[in-house]
Amino acid sequence: MAELALEKEMRKVVVRFSGDSGDGMQLTGDMFSQSSGQEGLDLTTTPDFPAEIRAPQGSIGGVSSFQIQIGGTEIYTPGDQVDVLVVMNPAALKANLDKLKPGGTIIADMDSFDRRNLKKAEYASDPLVDNTLDEYHVIKAPATSLTKSALKDLGLSNQAITRSKNMFALGIVAYIFSRPLAKVKKLIDNKFAKRPELAEANKLALEAGFNFSESTELFGASIVIPPAKLPKGTYRNIDGNTAVAWGFLAASENSGRKLSLCSYPITPASEILHELTARKDMGAIVFQAEDEIAAICAAIGASFSGNLSVTTTSGPGASLKSEAMGLALISEIPLVIVNVQRAGPSTGLPTKTEQSDLYQALYGRHGDAPMVVMAASSPDDCFRFSYEAAKIAMEHSTPVILLSDTYLASGTSPWRIPDMAELPEIKIPVFDRSPEEWEPYQRDPEYLSRYWKSPGDAGFEHRIGGLEKKENTGNLTYEPANHQKMTKIRAEKIERIAKKLPELETIGAQQGKLMVVGWGSTHGAINTAVTELLEDGEKSVGFAHFNYIQPLPANTEEIFGRYDQILVCEINNGQFVNYLRSIYPQFSYKQLNKIQGQPFFTSEIKAEIINRLTDL
Amino acid sequence: MMEGVADKQAELTRQDFVSDQAVRWCPGCGDYMILANMQKAMTQMGTNKEDFLCVSGIGCSSRITYYLDTYGIHSIHGRALAVATGAKLANPDLNVWVFTGDGDCLAIGGNHFIHSCRRNINLNVVIFNNKVYGMTKGQSSPTTPAGIKTKTAPEGSIENTFNIGELAIGSGATFFARVPDNNHKLLEEVMLEANKHTGISVIEVLQNCVIFTDGIHELITGKETKDDNQVVCKHGEPLLFGKDRLYGLKLDGMKLKKVPYDENDTGFISHDMYDEDSAMHLALAKMEIPDLPVAMGIIRQAEKSNYANVLHQNIKRARELSEFKTVHDLFYSGNTWEV
Repeated sequence: MAELALEKEMRKVVVRFSGDSGDGMQLTGDMFSQSSGQEGLDLTTTPDFPAEIRAPQGSIGGVSSFQIQIGGTEIYTPGDQVDVLVVMNPAALKANLDKLKPGGTIIADMDSFDRRNLKKAEYASDPLVDNTLDEYHVIKAPATSLTKSALKDLGLSNQAITRSKNMFALGIVAYIFSRPLAKVKKLIDNKFAKRPELAEANKLALEAGFNFSESTELFGASIVIPPAKLPKGTYRNIDGNTAVAWGFLAASENSGRKLSLCSYPITPASEILHELTARKDMGAIVFQAEDEIAAICAAIGASFSGNLSVTTTSGPGASLKSEAMGLALISEIPLVIVNVQRAGPSTGLPTKTEQSDLYQALYGRHGDAPMVVMAASSPDDCFRFSYEAAKIAMEHSTPVILLSDTYLASGTSPWRIPDMAELPEIKIPVFDRSPEEWEPYQRDPEYLSRYWKSPGDAGFEHRIGGLEKKENTGNLTYEPANHQKMTKIRAEKIERIAKKLPELETIGAQQGKLMVVGWGSTHGAINTAVTELLEDGEKSVGFAHFNYIQPLPANTEEIFGRYDQILVCEINNGQFVNYLRSIYPQFSYKQLNKIQGQPFFTSEIKAEIINRLTDL
Repeated sequence: MMEGVADKQAELTRQDFVSDQAVRWCPGCGDYMILANMQKAMTQMGTNKEDFLCVSGIGCSSRITYYLDTYGIHSIHGRALAVATGAKLANPDLNVWVFTGDGDCLAIGGNHFIHSCRRNINLNVVIFNNKVYGMTKGQSSPTTPAGIKTKTAPEGSIENTFNIGELAIGSGATFFARVPDNNHKLLEEVMLEANKHTGISVIEVLQNCVIFTDGIHELITGKETKDDNQVVCKHGEPLLFGKDRLYGLKLDGMKLKKVPYDENDTGFISHDMYDEDSAMHLALAKMEIPDLPVAMGIIRQAEKSNYANVLHQNIKRARELSEFKTVHDLFYSGNTWEV
């Protein structure tokens, strides 16, 4: 067997926890993330759930995993290849071995490698005993049996005892990464604050795992990762869906408008609905509608009532909402539509990630119907962009589509908790003159935002709706010239928002052979790939990432003009690249498209960049 | 219970609810009567003008929002109830009225209709039932009777119909009334009662389309036949009809039967609109000519918890008990660390 491949001091490490759905791997991963954050490390995580709700125990289909990359440097992805693989049963080993680096470390619960489980995982012989794992460093830990003996005096059920073995595994990992045991125990206490007997059991199992590692000296020395240089502040770990929900709560508080969320359950967006339902305690008004159409229509009603109004969904739901998006658009009312994208078309791969609803967001409505389209690029910046989406919707009286995806929704990263005062102010264009001067389709001259008045305001009674409106008065009219004018105003209104947007930033070469471009959730992988190439001395590559897609940042054309070729990397069959081609046809575009329901690996992007540079 | 309780109510006249938009229904359309009575009823609802919100879908009926000088949303086909639901939940003080038609509400909007009834949210819904698609020029609707010829059923409709009362009550609506468009007094009375009801109020108006189904309700609403073919339900009174109110209704097994009225016979049915059990209300709503008269007036008005009130009570309680005063408190809850 190979020697331990981990060094005493490492810049970054990828750990993957894997076991049966019932083994608590997500919780274990979450605890390890919290602990890593506390030690000042940067990190990014991603879960990998089985597609079935309850696959048979011990089967490969039932394997649930959690991957985390931690580092003393900035970490933007959960990592391509795994350094440390924790497997709680043979199926987890079978399902994940191909992700392990050559020479990587496997920590296996040897107790679970019995005949029955080996058979379920389709192993003819025990891989812990035969030569399957010769090229890896294998730590065989009797997790189940040692957990049982550690917890035998607690009077817990067999099931509760077995369930604690994930903390035994966490104890081993905590030892390897030199984590102070007391701090990890504190995390367990917080997690099980309402069930002290479970907190006790989990802490004993943790300790058992830690002590096993120390006393058996299987590892030599443990590993220290120096803390990352993150901006000062208070941090917490956050997943993309929670961050989206919290961004809206912050926008509600800063704008002084109540939050209405009207949604229909759909994977992978439902957690936003769940979180805001729980946030009744913050005054959120949440409505679970009878269908996707009712959800957006209710949000439109809530918006006219004067609330910050949001509907959340994924691709299939966004298709159903498209007619109503047009209503919000022609009525010129604020509305945020969040599409947490998944792999399509149709039901597609509902639990897998994709960026393939970009065309739908840009073009998926009848009539000339431009809307603001923006995309978040990391779990923690989902907060910033949901806040921004709400701000733009309210300040410009327009629907805004915010794109996230499965990868962001369930991934986590450390989030520096912002001071509410540092968030940009939200200035709602409320009509501030007398009822005599009021006309419902008057607008602010600079940005063309239609002014607000809501039911309850005496003297401003007016009607909105889906029929074309006369400029200013809002009366119904079929005048040909008016329709042309209103169509132009609606387009111009979206274009003018570009004046408010931050300029596109680039890293690496400010001009030269190749500009690598991404949008939304691919930021981490592309940024890491380009940064590594720059560190290796590559001088002709620049990178720019888009969060604002419609309108595009004002300096996009100028930046593109500085490079010979633009390489657009996206998790779809080439939607953003074609959008760019349609707007700036003068540039030479190449594309890298991964359409496997999986995010990019850094290595894939690096390889393509090197490939492109060779051609140029 | 009334909402948006008025402080300026005394000053309101019908004219206050007349918008500056020209009314564009066909001459003789039943919609004019609904509009006029709605404007009149609104002055008596105890709601300030600015606290009304009128929401409609698509179709002839739904143009009404432009003619009522209140806050209004002329939404998209079938979705008025969904829009109204969101608006009401966002601001429960509003007095929200939904105007819709048989096609808008029961075909493309059918899902929203049944779920709105089930939720019993405090909305008032006026369904203009002319048994045809008018605006799109004469196709069959879910209430077009079998045998009636339409553009999409040139040999006569071969579909079964929805009975709006049966569908509404069956879906959990707590208030259902039916009115012919030519009975102004009853129309206004029903609108005012719907306004008072807490929960969803569904009003079906038998409305005449002069172009495509002219006279479709004639046997029920016509001068010569209406006494025989309508029974106006009044709470606590026997259900009498016919010229000189000579007939009443009795139960024959599980079925209603028309029987010459005898005031000494206690077997005749009196109307109990507050009955929690909807069985008799359903039976009344389903009555059809020629065997039985069509029931008019308030057929059902039951008490049940309503969604908007309960939701806002829950939010209020959660807010009072919350450990989070501001989002700052929420963000700092749980595991955090300093860098």
